[in-house]
Amino acid sequence: MSTRTENAIAFSPRRVAAMILRYWYLLRSSWPRLLDLIYWPLVQMITWGFIQVYVMQNAGFFARAGGTLIGALLLWDILFRGQLGFSIAFLEEMWSRNIGNLMMSPLRPFEFIAALMVMSVVRLAVGAVPVSLLAIAFFGFNLYGLGLALVAFFFTLIVTSWAVGIFVSGLVLRNGLGAENFAWSIMFVFMPLACVYYPVATLPAWLQPAAWILPPTYVFEGMRALLIDHTFRADLMLEALGLNLVLFAVGVFGFLALLKSARRHGSLMQTGE
Amino acid sequence: MPTAPAIKVERLVKIYRQMPAVDGISFAIAPGSITGLLGGNGAGKTTTIAMIMGLLMPTSGTVTVLGAEMPRQRYRVLQRMNFESPYVDMPMRLTIRQNLTVFGMLYGVPDVRGRIAELAETLDLTDLLDRPTGKLSAGQKTRVALAKSLINSPELLLLDEPTASLDPDTADWVRARLERYCRERGATMLLASHNMTEVERLCARVIIMKRGRIEDDDTPGALLARYSRRTLEEVFLDVARGRDEAREAAQ
Repeated sequence: MSTRTENAIAFSPRRVAAMILRYWYLLRSSWPRLLDLIYWPLVQMITWGFIQVYVMQNAGFFARAGGTLIGALLLWDILFRGQLGFSIAFLEEMWSRNIGNLMMSPLRPFEFIAALMVMSVVRLAVGAVPVSLLAIAFFGFNLYGLGLALVAFFFTLIVTSWAVGIFVSGLVLRNGLGAENFAWSIMFVFMPLACVYYPVATLPAWLQPAAWILPPTYVFEGMRALLIDHTFRADLMLEALGLNLVLFAVGVFGFLALLKSARRHGSLMQTGE
Repeated sequence: MPTAPAIKVERLVKIYRQMPAVDGISFAIAPGSITGLLGGNGAGKTTTIAMIMGLLMPTSGTVTVLGAEMPRQRYRVLQRMNFESPYVDMPMRLTIRQNLTVFGMLYGVPDVRGRIAELAETLDLTDLLDRPTGKLSAGQKTRVALAKSLINSPELLLLDEPTASLDPDTADWVRARLERYCRERGATMLLASHNMTEVERLCARVIIMKRGRIEDDDTPGALLARYSRRTLEEVFLDVARGRDEAREAAQ
């Protein structure tokens, strides 16, 4: 391995810890940031919870499939909030004009990405854990009742959210804050295709292969299989894992390519719009 | 045996959309020296410094810093250098202590707490350490930025307009601290500035840039003699307005 490569990939847990500490200090110092983590998932959960109650009272199928809507919502939130948590932590560096300091420091890109991944989980936990507990209290839906399947679902969704978050961060590094909107909206591209609230079979036949390219599709299908048929589809999770590996590699290599392009075009010095 | 330069720039070019921002400059900076990079707006100072820091990739030419080729081998030397620039800030919600702790850890400082206490005392920040960075005055923010740039006791310090927006008293105070740091540490400093008083006071050598090229490069004394001027500001104006060419033509 060349010295250059060794230096670029040398991984320091202390530098990762420094970045996690930086984001933790920020979260701790700002109650609106903390509140923001919880209020929207809570509003969503309550809205969809009541919809679930309504359809269960009026439709035989949904009565059998108790919890699919609210379950889908909570899992969707892992995907969406995971990516948003990653992207917002990154955007904090752009907003505070700190990115130049970081790029000039010994912090390696992989360490930066690792810290953002940890922060996405922390931010997700702050928002999702209380909301999932409230779902038990309000609607009797226990997400944790999914048991080990929940671990597989969570892992699949969070890896997808990181892959997308990494790529979006590269876009913002290269194009400045003008590309910030991708961070807020890109995950919604996944929503219709990942079949969050309906089975893949609902899509027209020609669109179904596109749905099966996305790892989250396997999670939502797996969740429905578990809640409706009481079957854990390990095969779906394995396929999702394979796709996630590809997606994550695309995210990381995309980020590195965009970072290199930012160094070439001087975008790291002009982090505005 | 001659000492290797701290910074070596060879035929450095940076072109943005067919416009050269830096146009084939070469210079070497000796270790332990303080050099000023002078030039008007758009002269190419910031672009040059960004390439030296590895933040920007040259179109052609090479930059070697502390023996490492930038930006390719930057991780070999980033721990031994630091910078201050008006183009970056530190997170405003974090206190000074929190910011310095984070950067201390990023730069691998062994005793971060001790180093922060030391810098706080030198830069008169002790009473401010637990105040959010965003709630400081311009002068205090500059001192914090300086503390960040010195957190790892760098061998090489790159400063872009370090006293911009400071009142003369604070600016003079900052210069004195920088001068003392370089003297005591034996550090190399490259300083991009519009402020002639600053350059005259701190720099043993001045590189004057104009439209991406080096127009002149000498000690302040030699420049004053060559342009028959009493201050570097007058020399700067001569170069910026092309008076040297006019004078040479008249002679």
